[in-house]
Amino acid sequence: MNEVVLEVKNLTAAYQKNTVLRDVNFQVEAGSLTGIVGPNGAGKSTLIKTMLALHPVLSGEVHFFGSTYKKVKKRIGYVPQRGSVDWDFPTIALDVVMMGLYGQIGWLRRPTKTHQRMAFEALDKMGMADYANRQISQLSGGQQQRVFLARALVQNADIYFMDEPLAGVDAATERAIMKILDELKAAGKTVMVVHHDLQTVADYFDHVLFLNRTVIKHGKTNDVYTEDNIATTYGGSIRLIGGRIGNVVHPVKQ
Amino acid sequence: MTYTAWIILTASLVGLSCGLIGVFLILRKMAMMADAISHTVLLGIVVAFIITQELTGVHMLIGAIIAGLLTALFVQWLNSLDVQQEAAIGIVFTTLFAIGVILIEAFVGNAHLDVQHALMGEITFIPWNRITLPIVGSIPKAAAILTLVFFVVLLFIIAFYKEWKITTFDPGLAASVGIPVLFMHYLFMSLVSITTVASFDAVGAIMVVAMLITPAASAYLWTDRLHMMLVISGLFGVASAVIGYFIAAWIDTSISGSMAFATGLIFLASYLLSPKHGLLAKYLKPEETFE
Amino acid sequence: MWSILLNSNTQWVLLSTAILGIAAGTIGSLAYWKRQSLMSDALAHAALPGVIIAFLLFKVKHLFVLITGAAISAVIGAFFIQGIRSSTRIKEDTAMGMILSIFYGFGIMLLTIANRTSGNQSGLNNFILGQSASMVQSDVWTMSILAILVVSIVVIGFKEWKIYLFDRQFASGLGLPLKGMDVVYTILLVTTIVVGIQAVGVILIAALLIIPAVSARYWTHSFQAMVIISALFGGASGTIGTLISAIGNGWPTGPFIVVLAASFFIISLIFGKEKGILVQYWQMKRHKKQEIIQSIPTSVLKKEVQ
Repeated sequence: MNEVVLEVKNLTAAYQKNTVLRDVNFQVEAGSLTGIVGPNGAGKSTLIKTMLALHPVLSGEVHFFGSTYKKVKKRIGYVPQRGSVDWDFPTIALDVVMMGLYGQIGWLRRPTKTHQRMAFEALDKMGMADYANRQISQLSGGQQQRVFLARALVQNADIYFMDEPLAGVDAATERAIMKILDELKAAGKTVMVVHHDLQTVADYFDHVLFLNRTVIKHGKTNDVYTEDNIATTYGGSIRLIGGRIGNVVHPVKQ
Repeated sequence: MTYTAWIILTASLVGLSCGLIGVFLILRKMAMMADAISHTVLLGIVVAFIITQELTGVHMLIGAIIAGLLTALFVQWLNSLDVQQEAAIGIVFTTLFAIGVILIEAFVGNAHLDVQHALMGEITFIPWNRITLPIVGSIPKAAAILTLVFFVVLLFIIAFYKEWKITTFDPGLAASVGIPVLFMHYLFMSLVSITTVASFDAVGAIMVVAMLITPAASAYLWTDRLHMMLVISGLFGVASAVIGYFIAAWIDTSISGSMAFATGLIFLASYLLSPKHGLLAKYLKPEETFE
Repeated sequence: MWSILLNSNTQWVLLSTAILGIAAGTIGSLAYWKRQSLMSDALAHAALPGVIIAFLLFKVKHLFVLITGAAISAVIGAFFIQGIRSSTRIKEDTAMGMILSIFYGFGIMLLTIANRTSGNQSGLNNFILGQSASMVQSDVWTMSILAILVVSIVVIGFKEWKIYLFDRQFASGLGLPLKGMDVVYTILLVTTIVVGIQAVGVILIAALLIIPAVSARYWTHSFQAMVIISALFGGASGTIGTLISAIGNGWPTGPFIVVLAASFFIISLIFGKEKGILVQYWQMKRHKKQEIIQSIPTSVLKKEVQ
């Protein structure tokens, strides 16, 4: 087994009065690409936010590289949901990517040509070089998501958390993003991705974390990605399409 | 300088500072928070006056910062107790403002500070209330304070430009790369407070909101770059002040009211003529679509 | 003090501010659930130029004439806010702040002219912070009748309003005329606001719509009970506030009504049986062994885009 880079112990978190996460325990090893799946309201985004100290921890511990989040902040990259920002913000794609570097640049310093070049290279890697100077509201959803990915790339972190990077993007973007995720993995980086499409889980991820308020199951995709575990997690009935695991039919309207 | 020149200069400084601050106000979706603070600084000023029996710049600025931060804290606190943000703002500012008005009526009520003044501004008196400074000599107090506030605002915006940008656009990412989002929030609220109180004399409690929000909203229709938006908004603020003054002189009415009205005229012009987002442009060439 | 109370005009004024408070508390509950608390503030400020224009045109100070002007002006403001929001990338809160302050500024321009041309005796300044002492018998009638009308419309269609607020989709499934109800709601909101501006003033009338509704939430989970409690808080604030202002002789009424409403809010916040601070503290102690409830200041981090 590889080195454990992330360890979550007895983590509990809440919004106002409602406990969203209860007693979450898992370990993630270096170089793994994990899909976090679970129904709406299962606490997937909250899990990521809580691990990154963007949401208060009620109890439990989170360790990165055997240390606390604060000490290793620079080694951690975060890609929020695309819908969490206002794309009418008056700025261009290149600028958004550079924001990934703001933490390293430090107070009272301005981004330099080097930073600009790094940002441009990251955009280029995502196939977005032509759009570097485009106002961000004029980008399609897929392009916006690529900009976010590029921003994560410039952070050059060792562990990445991505919240639904494949939601509502076009097929080309989905391929581009998966290519990058595979490259990150090949480079020994660890990636955790909140994912919503059960059909592609087996193809995309080597590990799966089933989450519904707590960890239902976590392990290698080949071992744990079973109909039983999906049914337990989603609490609904599963329809099989062409022998593959397909859409989940929720018993109650969300 | 002549009487008129001082009034125009003072008003322009209001427009400039408010224009700069306003850009971040509207991008942070805090326009109504500015409305709230513009009301509550009145309480800060009144309390400062009751305690010190003085209406000098420094006391007013400190009173205003405390009132502004308290407003932000109260709203945040009520919000954390599950009161809708909008309702929380509504409760806090109306209450603090009402207390401020009652205090003036009950304890202060003199020529220096009255309710009328607080609500309508009294820019016409500004040139008379002077202060003597080294080198520049005798200048109106309000102009001196506004100049100071303008440089403070400018300094903070330039020094923390990238931090403002990232905490405004994506506070989640900002926090994850180690930028103190909450600190920046309260720092910003302080800047809003000092800008508001410095502009208070000139335009009063409510019309300062027009100076804060409208030039920035107009600028938002002209550009897609943040630094340009700041420049344009500042210019629109100054233009509103100048146009407002001349409208007021022309039909002999309230200068502060006319300045608020002038921000509306500039917005109307932007709404119609802006090359990208204007009504005319939309009419001439139908919506551009990308992919 | 008793001489003031025994004065029949004072009694009438007290009655009318009580009814006004009840109407504001009722409509305020609707506005709270429509998440339009600050819209009432924007519309109230936007009403100012209408009052002055009506005065300048008709040269009378009859309340009905002035609030008709106010209502027209407020509706134009609402229309502008909607227009700016839907046709540009400017968000609703910015649009509200703009219309609020520009209309108010325009109102002050006109007010200055009105005061100059007809002398400071016009009494129009009273519309800014409210002055119930300036009300005459016919004003009291106008105010009371309109406020009762507003409350009646809410009471008669109560079921429908409830569905309209909580589940629009379901309401349209039932065949309720949502567009029509939107219009009626806006008319009720604007009417309540303009009816209150002489007693409470354009700057603070919104408080009478916002604060009682939020206070009521601390006492009940039922919408019906919330509306009733909110109306009671509103009515009590209106009456007691007016009384204090009458005793204080010449002091503006609005601020006292607001401070009264705020006192009810603070009492509710602390002692309320639903989510009041004491109840929560007590529950927390009882559940100390279990998960600890914390209030979370996420509003700065959380920025949702509609």
